[in-house]
Amino acid sequence: MSTMLTVDDLRVSFPTRSGLIEAVRGVSFTLGRERLGIVGESGSGKSQTGRAIMGLTPAHAKISAKTLNFDGIDLLTAPAKVRRSLRGSRIAMILQDPKYSLNPVMSIGRQIVETLRTHENVSKREARDRAISMLEAVQIRDAGRVFDLHPHEVSGGMGQRAMIAMMLIAGPELLVADEPTSALDVTVQLEVLGILDKLVADRGMGLIFISHDLRLVSSFCDRVIVMYAGKIVEELAASDLGNAKHPYTQGLLNCMPTLGTNRHPLPVLDRQPEWAL
Amino acid sequence: MTAIVSAENLTVAYDDFLALDAVSIDVAPGESFGLVGESGSGKSTLLRAIAGLSPVTGGRIVLDGKPLDVKHRDKAFYRQVQMVFQDPYGSLHPRQTVDRLLQEPLAIHGVQDAERRILRALDEVGLGSSFRFRYSHQLSGGQRQRIAIARALIIEPQIMLLDEPTSALDASVQAEVLNLLEQVRRDRKLTYIMVSHDLGVVTHMCERLAVMKNGKVVERLSSADLVAGRLKEDYTKNLMVASKGFVRAASMA
Repeated sequence: MSTMLTVDDLRVSFPTRSGLIEAVRGVSFTLGRERLGIVGESGSGKSQTGRAIMGLTPAHAKISAKTLNFDGIDLLTAPAKVRRSLRGSRIAMILQDPKYSLNPVMSIGRQIVETLRTHENVSKREARDRAISMLEAVQIRDAGRVFDLHPHEVSGGMGQRAMIAMMLIAGPELLVADEPTSALDVTVQLEVLGILDKLVADRGMGLIFISHDLRLVSSFCDRVIVMYAGKIVEELAASDLGNAKHPYTQGLLNCMPTLGTNRHPLPVLDRQPEWAL
Repeated sequence: MTAIVSAENLTVAYDDFLALDAVSIDVAPGESFGLVGESGSGKSTLLRAIAGLSPVTGGRIVLDGKPLDVKHRDKAFYRQVQMVFQDPYGSLHPRQTVDRLLQEPLAIHGVQDAERRILRALDEVGLGSSFRFRYSHQLSGGQRQRIAIARALIIEPQIMLLDEPTSALDASVQAEVLNLLEQVRRDRKLTYIMVSHDLGVVTHMCERLAVMKNGKVVERLSSADLVAGRLKEDYTKNLMVASKGFVRAASMA
């Protein structure tokens, strides 16, 4: 398996009035054409890791790494123009909530066409055809009609599928999905995950799946990284989750109420200060 | 069973749209009753109709054996019934300190010993008195939800309406808040009506539940039945499958 993305000692920090907030503190991993899950609670730095790879870290943040390399391109020193050409075409990102991340005053079809025509030199006619076939690929029935709808006219699940279509239309090699289903209904969640899974497998993409739901991630990914306070506390194969060693990972697994287990009260995380060292 | 709260053919209509279509439920004193269903199924509307936040257009609510005048609810009603909302970021006043937030219900209901009650309520939800003069933006999501629970508990209601109280929280924090809710229910012999889309949470918290779809109750069952998989409706089975997480083989079909 060839390595596509190498991250070594990635650090992201934000200067604030009350001092430097270190959101990501030395994260290292490599990614080939596989599904990697990043799990952690709010503030663990999982989203900032994804954003740093995309190049979406806010301008006032300080970002450093020994290596941040995507297919031979050093992302930290690459000029903005190079990064812009990568974003959307070779590296794409699916965001959490379609309500906020789609443009409300532009039809869904135009947004997809915009992405495609930014990265590829295609005629309007062909762009439209490709956008419609992409909408069909994410299992939207009647894609021609949905093409002309605005985001407020579709349901959350449909909006998220449209976003997946928009992200995949330029054929990226690496997809960063930041909580792609957390804003969706449970019943719709699985549908969307199924579509994402199929497309990632068919197209041989690398996927970074960021979520706070350890069980969901482990059922979806090959490998899981668990983050706590900006650091990786454990990395393990998804099938090996039962043998998690770090008490934080074990705590995350145990604290969810599940059907058929009767535990009152639920076990809670006993946070140790040394985890955050 | 003598119910402490029952809804009889309760209907909520917005113009021609029936958000709640003649729904009846009975909740016994001290019981914890769950409502599940997907978005738009009417589960939150039912809760809000009982609380007086959605307009009741038909049917009636019976509280403690007495029919409730849904148009003119008195203070005694709100003293008996309190609600905790889903989003702890949206349900606390951003310019008020915790102290001020907790004073409000006491002032409304003319309760005298505010000082003692506030300290007790903070203590009960596991936050010390050091939190008393903070603003909500200085608190984490879990701490905010504890304050929202404290605000509901401070006037000693009998019935708590919980609308997805933990779905905006991290898994690790969710466990703490669920434990807190169970603890106070035991201590104060409260009755809960709880809405959630997470079957794991509902079966953990509630003895009985109703499954809702398109404004109607499609199935009523006990948590034990749900866990054992004794389900009648396909819709409930689908919810059940969804709660078990992603399965690759099934998705390929």
